[in-house]
Amino acid sequence: MTGFLLRRLLSSLITIWFIATATFFVMHAVPGDPLSNEKAVNPEIRRHLEARYGLDQPVLTQYGIFLRNMATGDFGISFTQQNRRVNDIIREHFPVSALLGVVALVIATLGALLFGALSAQFRDRWPDRTIMLSVIFAISVPSFVLAALAQWGILSLNKAAGFTVLPVAGWGSWRHLIVPAVVLGLGTMAYMTRLMRSSMLEVAQADYLRTARAKGLGSLRIFVFHHMRNALLPVVTVLGPAIAAVTTGGFVVELIFSIPGLGRYFVQAVQQLDYTVIMGTTVFYGAFLVLMVMLVDILYGLIDPRIRVGK
Amino acid sequence: MLACADVYLAEPMSDLLAALFRLSLLLLPLAVLADGAVDHERQRIRLTLSSEPPNLNSTVTTDQISSFVLSHVMEGLLTYDASNELSPGVAERWELRQDGATFWLRRNARWSDGKPVTAHDFVFAWRTAVDPKTASQYASALYPVRNAERINRGELPVTALGVEARGDFRLEVTFERPTPYFLGLTAFFTYYPIRQDFYESRGERYAADADDLLYNGPFVLQRWVHGAHLRLRRNGHYWGRDHVGLYEIDIPYITTDTTAIFNLYQAGSIALAPLETETLRDAVRLGFTPKLFLTGSIYYLQFNLREGRITTNRNLRKAIQAILDPAVLVNKVVGLPGNLPSDSIFPTTVKGVELPFRTEYPAPRPERGLGLARHYLELARQELGLERIPPLVMLVGDGPRANKEAEYFQQLFARGLGLDVRLDRQTAKQRLDKMSRGDFDIVAAGWGPDYDDPMTFGDLFASWNENNRGRYRNPEYDRWVEIAATSPDPEQRMRAFAEMQRLLMEDVPVLPLYESGNVYLQHPQLRGVVRAIFGGDPNLRYAYVAGEDE
Amino acid sequence: MKSLPSIAPALLEPAERGALLEVSARPPRSYWQQVGRRLARDARAVVAGAVVVLLVIATLTGPWLWPEDPARQLLGLSSRGPLPAQTALLVADGLSDAGMWPPQSEQLATVAGESLSAAMLSAPVGLKAVAANTEWVRLRWQPVAGAASYHIYRHTRAPRSRSDLGLPLGIVDARQPWYEDRLQLSTRRYYYSVVASDGVDEAAEVATLQVRPVQAIGWLEAQLQDFVPADADPAQWVDRTVELPAHPLGTDYLGRDLLSRLLHGARTSLFIGITAPLLFVTLGTLYGATAGFIGGRVDDWMMRFADFVVALPSLLFIILLRIGFGIGPGESGILPMVVALVLLSWPASARLVRGQVLQLREEPYVAAARLAGAGNFYIITRHMLPNVLAVVLVAMTFAIPSVIFTEAFLSFIGMGVTPPTPSWGSMSNDGIRVLFSHPSELLWPAACISVTVLAFNVLGDALRDALDMKERD
Repeated sequence: MTGFLLRRLLSSLITIWFIATATFFVMHAVPGDPLSNEKAVNPEIRRHLEARYGLDQPVLTQYGIFLRNMATGDFGISFTQQNRRVNDIIREHFPVSALLGVVALVIATLGALLFGALSAQFRDRWPDRTIMLSVIFAISVPSFVLAALAQWGILSLNKAAGFTVLPVAGWGSWRHLIVPAVVLGLGTMAYMTRLMRSSMLEVAQADYLRTARAKGLGSLRIFVFHHMRNALLPVVTVLGPAIAAVTTGGFVVELIFSIPGLGRYFVQAVQQLDYTVIMGTTVFYGAFLVLMVMLVDILYGLIDPRIRVGK
Repeated sequence: MLACADVYLAEPMSDLLAALFRLSLLLLPLAVLADGAVDHERQRIRLTLSSEPPNLNSTVTTDQISSFVLSHVMEGLLTYDASNELSPGVAERWELRQDGATFWLRRNARWSDGKPVTAHDFVFAWRTAVDPKTASQYASALYPVRNAERINRGELPVTALGVEARGDFRLEVTFERPTPYFLGLTAFFTYYPIRQDFYESRGERYAADADDLLYNGPFVLQRWVHGAHLRLRRNGHYWGRDHVGLYEIDIPYITTDTTAIFNLYQAGSIALAPLETETLRDAVRLGFTPKLFLTGSIYYLQFNLREGRITTNRNLRKAIQAILDPAVLVNKVVGLPGNLPSDSIFPTTVKGVELPFRTEYPAPRPERGLGLARHYLELARQELGLERIPPLVMLVGDGPRANKEAEYFQQLFARGLGLDVRLDRQTAKQRLDKMSRGDFDIVAAGWGPDYDDPMTFGDLFASWNENNRGRYRNPEYDRWVEIAATSPDPEQRMRAFAEMQRLLMEDVPVLPLYESGNVYLQHPQLRGVVRAIFGGDPNLRYAYVAGEDE
Repeated sequence: MKSLPSIAPALLEPAERGALLEVSARPPRSYWQQVGRRLARDARAVVAGAVVVLLVIATLTGPWLWPEDPARQLLGLSSRGPLPAQTALLVADGLSDAGMWPPQSEQLATVAGESLSAAMLSAPVGLKAVAANTEWVRLRWQPVAGAASYHIYRHTRAPRSRSDLGLPLGIVDARQPWYEDRLQLSTRRYYYSVVASDGVDEAAEVATLQVRPVQAIGWLEAQLQDFVPADADPAQWVDRTVELPAHPLGTDYLGRDLLSRLLHGARTSLFIGITAPLLFVTLGTLYGATAGFIGGRVDDWMMRFADFVVALPSLLFIILLRIGFGIGPGESGILPMVVALVLLSWPASARLVRGQVLQLREEPYVAAARLAGAGNFYIITRHMLPNVLAVVLVAMTFAIPSVIFTEAFLSFIGMGVTPPTPSWGSMSNDGIRVLFSHPSELLWPAACISVTVLAFNVLGDALRDALDMKERD
C-alpha cells in the first residue's frame, strides 16, 4: 500500500512538472509584450521592469528560475497588479471557484439521484419523458445561453415579487451562490441523471431486490438501502471527471454572474497577457486536478473491495 | 419486474415531496433582502466597477479604475470642485510662475492615522515616481518638474528633482520649462503625496490591500475583497469631512458585462450604470432616462508612415478620408448618443483662450464622396505604379465595439475602394506591442487627455513623441508644437494648435472618428455626481442621497 | 490425474508467414448490415440522422440556395426582425454639401430677450418635422425667449411623464433651433421631445412631436451596394426608390442577413466540429493502436505521455495554445483552434483504442490467425480495425457536440474565430448582448447549436446501442 502511494505520488509530481514545463514554453511562444502600455516608456524604465520580472535572462535561465520558484510554491508577481503575488491571487480567488464548484456538484449529484430514480421508476411515463426531455435540453444548450436565461429569470422573478428575491449578480451570501451553482451543475446533473436512470433500471432486475422483498422489508427501506444504494456506484465513478468539468467550467458562470473566482481572473489575465498569473493559474489548476484524480483513485481502492491497490 | 416497482414507490415519493416542501418553507423567509442602490438615512450608495483597481500605488498606477478609487481616497495639492474647476486641496494657496510654483499647505490636512500631511510627503512621492527603480509608466507626468526626465533616464540622482520642502507646510517646485497647465497636473494621481515611513513599512505590498495604504482624501478604503468588493467610508480625519455628503460608497459588484450591470440597475442594486448600444434600447423602453457625458477622449484611425508601408502614400490616405463619414460610423454603427463625430483630433471639450478651442477654431471639413475617393485611389495607384493596392493590415482591439467598427471599415473600404483590408484583432497588450513596433498599416486607436491643455493631443504627432505610433514626421508640424510649448501668449498658442489641426486634416496621418461619450443611468435620489474628464470619474466628492420625495 | 494425449511437436509450430488459410474470425460480414438495420428501426436514430444530413446539405448548398452575401451591410436595416422585400427612398446624405443640413448658408437664429432661469422657460412652439425618413429626421421649432440651449429626446412610445422622455439625443445651442437625428432610425413611430434649458437645468414644459419615418437609403450606401451606378448624378436619382432585398430571419447589428450568416456560420462551426474530432480521433486511434499492438515498454512510455496530456487542464490550455499560435491579420482563427483541440483531445481515443487492442490481442481468433501464419498487417486490417472501428465511431459522434460547445465557449470569451468570419458561437456572443430587445439574434444561432449538439448526441446513443451486439434482444 505504501509502495503504491509513493509510486502514485511520484508519478503525480512528474505530471505536474510536465504541466509546468508545457505551460512555460507555450507562454513564452506567445507573441506580444506583457510590458507594453498605452504610454511609451524610456529604455531605463523598461530595463528595470524587465529585471523585476526576470525577462532580461535567457529563456532557459528563466525556466530554471521558474521551476525553482514553482518547487517552493512561489508563482511570482502579477504583471497587472504589481503589488500582488500570484500566490495571493490564487489564495483569494480559488476558494470562491471551489465553493461554487462544490455546491454545483452537490446540487448536480442530489438532483441526479432524485431525477434519475424518478425517471427509472416511471419509465416511459410522463415523469420519465419530462425528465429525459429536460436532460436533453440541459446538455444541448450552451452554458452561456443558460446563464443569460437564468439571469433574466431572476430579474423577472424579482419584478414579479416586488422585492429582491435573489440578487442578479455578485458574491457574498448563499443567495448569490444558488443560481450560478445550479447553472454550473446542470450539465453534470443531466449527464449523471442519465447514468442513474440506466443504473436504476439495471439494478431493478437484480436478485437481491427480490430477496429483500421476499424477506418482507419495507418498500422505502428496499428503495433507499438496496435499490438506490447499489445503483449509485456507477454514478460515483464519474465524480472524478465531474470535478474537473465543474472547476474549469465555471468560467462562463463566473463571468456572467460577476463572481470573483479564479476562472474569471484567468480570462482577464489572458486578455492582459499577465504572464505570471496565466502560468501560475494553469499550473495550479493542473496540479489540483492531478491531486484530485490521485485522491479519487486511492479512495476507490479503499471503498471498492473489487479494486486492489496493492498490486 | 417493473410492474411491482410502482407499488413501493408510492410511499417514499410523498415523503420526499413533503420533505422538500418543508425545506423550501424554511428557506423562503431568508430570501427577503433589502438590496438598496441608495440609502438616504445612512447616506450610502452602491456601485459597480468594471474591474477591480489593478494598482492603488499612486506613483505607478495608470488606469481609469485605480484613478477613480484613488481620487476619492487621496488628495493632491489641488483638486476639482463641483463645477469641475481647480480648487484648493492639500494646498491652501499657491503661486504659479514661469520658472516654478510655490504651494502653501493647509495645517489641518491629515493622514487617516491622524498625522499631518506635510510638504515632505509630496517630495517623497514625486521622487519615488521618477526614480527609475520604481519603473513607473506614468513618470512622464512629472517631466515638467526640473530634471525629472533625466532622473527617470538614470542620468541624475532622485535628489536632483526640482521639488523642495521649505519646512513642513511649504513646497517649492522648479520647472524644466514654462508649464502653464502645471496646476492641473497637481490634481493628477502621480502627484499625490505618500508618507515615507508608511511606504517603507509596507515594502512590496504597499497598496496591495485596504490596510496597506494610508489615505488623505475624503474617503478611506474600509474593505477590499479582491475581485469582489470595495467599500469606501467617509474619512474622519479629512479636513473637509463636514462637506462630504456620502458616508459610504459600497461597490459589491465587479463586472464588465454590460447586460449584468443594467440588470443590477433594474433590480435596484446599483445607483449608476453605464449603458452600451444594446442595453440603452432596453433602458429607454423601460422608461429610464439616460444621461450623457463627453469623456474628453478621441478615437481615430492612424496610418503607419514608416518607410516601406503602402500607407505612406498621401492619396491613398486621402481616398480613405473621402469615403469614411464619421457621422455614419457614430449614428449607424456605434449607435450610442453622446458620441460626437469629429473631423479634428482636438475634442470639443478642450479649452481655448476664452471659449472651447473648437468654437474658436472650427475644424476644417475634408471634402468627401465616392467619386472623389475613387479619384484619389486612382492617383495613388498611378503614383505607386500598382495595378492593385496590396492588402492593408488593420490592427484593432478585441472588444465588441472594436469588432463592430472594424467589420464596418472592412466592408466600406472593400465595397467603396476595392481595398482588401485584413483585420488583425489582438488583445490589449498584443495590440499595444504591435503598435509600438509599427506592425500595422492602419490602427484603430484612441487617446485620452492627461492634462487640461490642447497640448495633450497636439504633441501626440510630434516627430519625437514615442506615442506617435504612426511615426508622422513633418517639420512644419513640429515647429507649431514647439511654438505652442514655449510661447507664453495664449492667443499664439491656440493659433499654433489650429495650424496643427489644419495640417492633420490635409496630410491625413490620422483620421479622427469621434469623441467618445458615456451614456449612463443615475438613480434619481443620487444627486451632485460630477462627471469629470480629469481627476477621477465619476467624482462623488460632492454627491449625496436625497430623500425619496425630494 | 489424467494424462494428456501426446501431440507431435511439429503441429504446434506456427504456419509459415503468408501461408495463411482463411480463418473465419472477424465479425460476420453481415455485421454492418445488422447495425444498419438496427439503426433504421430506431426512430430517434432516424430523426437525428435526418437532422445531421439536413444540416450537412444546408451547409454545403445553403450559400447557393440563399445567395445573399453574409458580409453585405445594409446599415439602414440594422437589427430588424423578419423583413419582406421592400422599396426604399433614395436620399442625399451628409457627404456632399448638397446633403448637409441645414445648409451652411442658414442664418443663426437671434436669441430674443434676457436669458432666463429654467423655471421661467416655456416649451418650444411650432415643433415640426421638416422631413422624416430612416436616414434623417429633421426638426425645427420656434426659438424660446431666454433659453441658452435645447435638449432633444426621442422615445419609442408616448412619454408617460416629464421624466420619461426617452433617449437623450443631444444638446443644441439656442441659436440653432433645429436638429437632425440620424441615430439608428427605423420605420417605427417616434416621439420627439424638445426642452429649453438655461444651460444647467431643463424647463418644466416640453414640446413633443410624433414622427414616423419612411424607409430610405443614403446616397453613398446606395452607391456602395450597387443600387445606383457609381457615376450617377445625385440630382437625377434622389427621391427615386430602390428595391431592398428580403430578410426571412431579419438582420444583425450591421444590417447583415441573419439567414445567410447562419448558413455561413454553419460552415465554420460544423467544419471545426467535424474536422477536429476527425483529426484527433484518427490520431488517437493510430497512437493507441500502435501502443497496444507493440505493447511492453513502448506501450508504457506512450501511455505515460498520453497521461501527461490528459492531465493538462484542457480548457485553459486550449486558450493558451490559441494565444500562443497567435492570429495573423486577415486570418479566421479556425486553424489555431483546430490544432489546439487536436493537440489536447487525442489521448481519450488513444486510451480507448489501446484498451480495445489489448483485449483483442487476447481473443482466441486473433491467436488463431497468428498461429495460422497471419502477418501483422493482416491482423490489423482484418481483425483489429473492424472491431475498433465501432468504438471509434461512437467516440467521434460524441466528440462532435463537445467540440461545437468548445468553439461556442471560446467565441463567447473572445478567443474564438475572428470577425468577420461568422460562426454560431460568435453569433450567439453578439446576440446575447441584445437578448431582450432582439432575442432572435441569439435565438437562431443558439438553436442551431442546440439542434446540432442534440442530433449528434442522440445519434451517438443510437449508434452505441446498435453496435453493442451483446445487448441484442
